[in-house]
Amino acid sequence: MALDKNGIAKRIAKEVQDGYYVNLGIGIPTLVANYVRDDIEVEFQSENGVLGMGPFPFEGEEDADVINAGKQTITTLPGASFFDSAMSFSMIRGQHVHLTILGAMEVAENGDIANWKIPGRMVKGMGGAMDLVASAENIIVAMMHTNKAGESKLLKRCSLPLTGVGCVKKIVTNLAVLEVTDNGFKLLERAPGVSVEDIQNATEGTLIVEGDIPEMAI
Amino acid sequence: MINKQVSGVQEAITGVSDNMTCMFGGFGLSGIPENAIAALVESGVKGLTCISNNAGVDDFGLGLLLQQHQIKKMVSSYVGENDEFERQMLSGELDVELIPQGTLAERCRAAQAGFPAVYTPAGYGTEVAEGKETREFDGKMYVLEHAFKADFAFVKAWKGDAAGNLIFKGTARNFNPNMCGAAKITVAEVEELVPIGELDPNQIHIPGIFVQRIFQGEKYEKRIEQRTVRKRE
Repeated sequence: MALDKNGIAKRIAKEVQDGYYVNLGIGIPTLVANYVRDDIEVEFQSENGVLGMGPFPFEGEEDADVINAGKQTITTLPGASFFDSAMSFSMIRGQHVHLTILGAMEVAENGDIANWKIPGRMVKGMGGAMDLVASAENIIVAMMHTNKAGESKLLKRCSLPLTGVGCVKKIVTNLAVLEVTDNGFKLLERAPGVSVEDIQNATEGTLIVEGDIPEMAI
Repeated sequence: MINKQVSGVQEAITGVSDNMTCMFGGFGLSGIPENAIAALVESGVKGLTCISNNAGVDDFGLGLLLQQHQIKKMVSSYVGENDEFERQMLSGELDVELIPQGTLAERCRAAQAGFPAVYTPAGYGTEVAEGKETREFDGKMYVLEHAFKADFAFVKAWKGDAAGNLIFKGTARNFNPNMCGAAKITVAEVEELVPIGELDPNQIHIPGIFVQRIFQGEKYEKRIEQRTVRKRE
């Protein structure tokens, strides 16, 4: 069975390692924080200027001066820090943040990503996404394998305006875990009950299948 | 100490005229110079180019200047929360330049720090890099982004003193420190203006040298854009 959004987040949480500083994008990536193991130390960075984000505040304890990049009220954990926007992007551009998890509209087999603009529709902007994808050493894309029209989001070449070139390393979708290689999308894991054929049918880009593909352990 | 204190918001915005370029600190509605924005709305100044990460909401923040058609161009990274903004953008009344958030911060910082331009990897290979110089360093491609040139920077801090020293609070800090000294005149408004000597020099985020005018805002609404809470167990 294909995963739901929480399932994707659960699988990605397994990629988060002890000692990591992690930037989470809006949407599915935000859910990842709920599933990170309790026995490891991880700090979440939000590009508006906070490291060491905690959960949402209790009602009545919201503070207009403490928000995340989605403009949601948040709390901070002991040991947290605040900083300005230039320093925040120094952390990102300078590769001090270990892992970036973000959503995408399209990913191409060469690692290109498109996630900020659909021509003809209202464009809201790229926010920090272009800085994040151009800089992070380790980028995981969290997304559904196909769009609402059922079309593949894993393509030979992106059709939408790009956010970054050749930057995506790993993709976790509702169907599969894939790695971007020089020759295309290498299939690493299948969602429980999803066949290689299902994944092949939902992937427009080159899919590399080598040997038996294990089911994800979630 | 060189005294930067002005009598109030009216004196603080003196000299802002039509078609100027102004920077505004803030992320969403957090840490925006509320009092300066209100005074600029009242002043009727027009044709402004605004450098600000976001464009406010319909009835608050820079949205108030948009409602009165006082903004000609926005330079921002994300502008989605504002219906009037969308209407003016689609009708062509409003010019919008979208740039990556880190590039926005660094173009402010470059102006503050005396760099004419900086190389960043952000946007390479995308439409953001079109027409810009690119260069390879150690096998990776970068885009040359120029320092902003602005007439005024309006910033908001938590505490300040008459010398112009500033301390920010929480994530209301955001772009505010990067815009200090990045324009010809930096106007800082603070929630609390304290006597000189009261701020610990070790705790100051922005030294007064970057600030030309400072005043205590009359009131702060500090509106929350996305109120998210959790239940008590």
